[in-house]
Amino acid sequence: MNYLLRGIGVIATVGAVSLLAFSLPSGEAHGDGGGNVLPRLTNKAWQQECASCHIAYAPALLPKASWRRLMGGLDQHFGENASLDPATQADILRFLEANAADSGTSRMGNRVMQGMNPNEAPLRITETRWFVRKHDEVSRATWSRKSIGSAANCAACHRQADQGVFDEDTVRIPK
Amino acid sequence: MIKRSFLSALAILGMASAVAVAADTPASLMAQYAKQAGVPVSALSAPRGAALYRTEHPGRDGQAVSCAGCHTANPTQAGRSRVGKRIEPLAPAANPQRFTDAAKVEKWFRRNCQDVLQRECSAQEKGDFIAWLSQAR
Ligand code: HEC
Ligand code: HEC
Ligand code: HEC
Repeated sequence: MNYLLRGIGVIATVGAVSLLAFSLPSGEAHGDGGGNVLPRLTNKAWQQECASCHIAYAPALLPKASWRRLMGGLDQHFGENASLDPATQADILRFLEANAADSGTSRMGNRVMQGMNPNEAPLRITETRWFVRKHDEVSRATWSRKSIGSAANCAACHRQADQGVFDEDTVRIPK
Repeated sequence: MIKRSFLSALAILGMASAVAVAADTPASLMAQYAKQAGVPVSALSAPRGAALYRTEHPGRDGQAVSCAGCHTANPTQAGRSRVGKRIEPLAPAANPQRFTDAAKVEKWFRRNCQDVLQRECSAQEKGDFIAWLSQAR
């Protein structure tokens, strides 16, 4: 009898979990958290494929044209091979474009666009005027500290960068 | 009715464990690569795998690159990507998730061999590499 109940429990749990999984459309935004917090986004392929070498950089940090350029050259991605099969690549690009800085879906995106010329398509977030302005108090020597390594290593200073949180309270520059 | 749902619960459990059994393991991947290379599994060599792991090659920008460069000299320890993100250890003894997903393994061999050796790794080299990591403690 006990086993029977447990068996039913297992079915119910499996059912509930799969319902949950299917009711979350990929790429859904959970609301814009405001200026320094990015909307929480989910896209399975993006999280799986774009977060192994660095954090999954939020789509709102670059315009659509940038993402198209970047996704078109993954086999020579900043000196590394990050190539994907065509279906996964197309799925990720669709997600990035839908939530890009110029898609009008987040406040941070609007700010990123304010410093950008209409036909600009930078490959680096860290070279956008927006990024440079936000980080003007960080010295050149700081960027090259061993504990940081690269300006692209957002998580070295922004402790919750992988959750899209960039507000003042969570910044700590490592020694 | 009650009995039926019990049986179907058992069936679901059975299917779930069958899926778990079908997952790849370091041993099954070694067998696969040996077969592709046309050699018996016993012909895979851990010392050759270790050499592949450690040998430095001239990189695109002139700096020496090796598998150990990112995965560290000791594969039971965590490494670091070029951007500074932690890479979990590559040796299955320290990280049981390694070499349990053939598609993932193939993807990273393709990318990392291209980056480090400027060519793809052969089936024999992949088998050697896993043979060595499987015994790293
Ligand atoms: C094989 C490792 C690897 C994978 C996988 C990878 N990247 Fe990168 N990425 C890098 C490296 C290395 C850099 C350069 C970082 C630096 O200069 O410090 C980089 C830089 C970037 C930058 C620019 C950061 C800056 O400086 O502003 C963006 C944007 C980016 N990657 C997006 C992506 C996307 C999108 C994906 C998934 C499709 C992805 N990356 C997958 C290794 C990777
Ligand atoms: C060397 C440490 C460091 C790194 C690496 C770094 N930042 Fe920052 N960031 C800071 C500091 C310091 C500030 C200013 C905090 C403040 O006073 O508001 C800041 C501010 C910001 C802000 C504005 C927050 C606000 O309050 O207006 C954003 C957004 C941001 N960073 C995003 C990023 C992203 C994205 C990356 C990676 C591509 C990154 N940062 C990498 C140190 C860093
Ligand atoms: C530039 C850094 C870098 C170099 C050099 C490098 N790797 Fe990796 N490797 C990574 C990253 C990042 C991952 C994926 C992150 C993860 O799964 O934790 C990875 C994952 C792997 C995996 C996936 C294993 C699994 O089952 O999860 C294999 C296999 C692998 N690397 C083999 C190699 C080989 C062989 C070499 C040398 C020819 C090499 N790597 C050199 C960064 C590197």
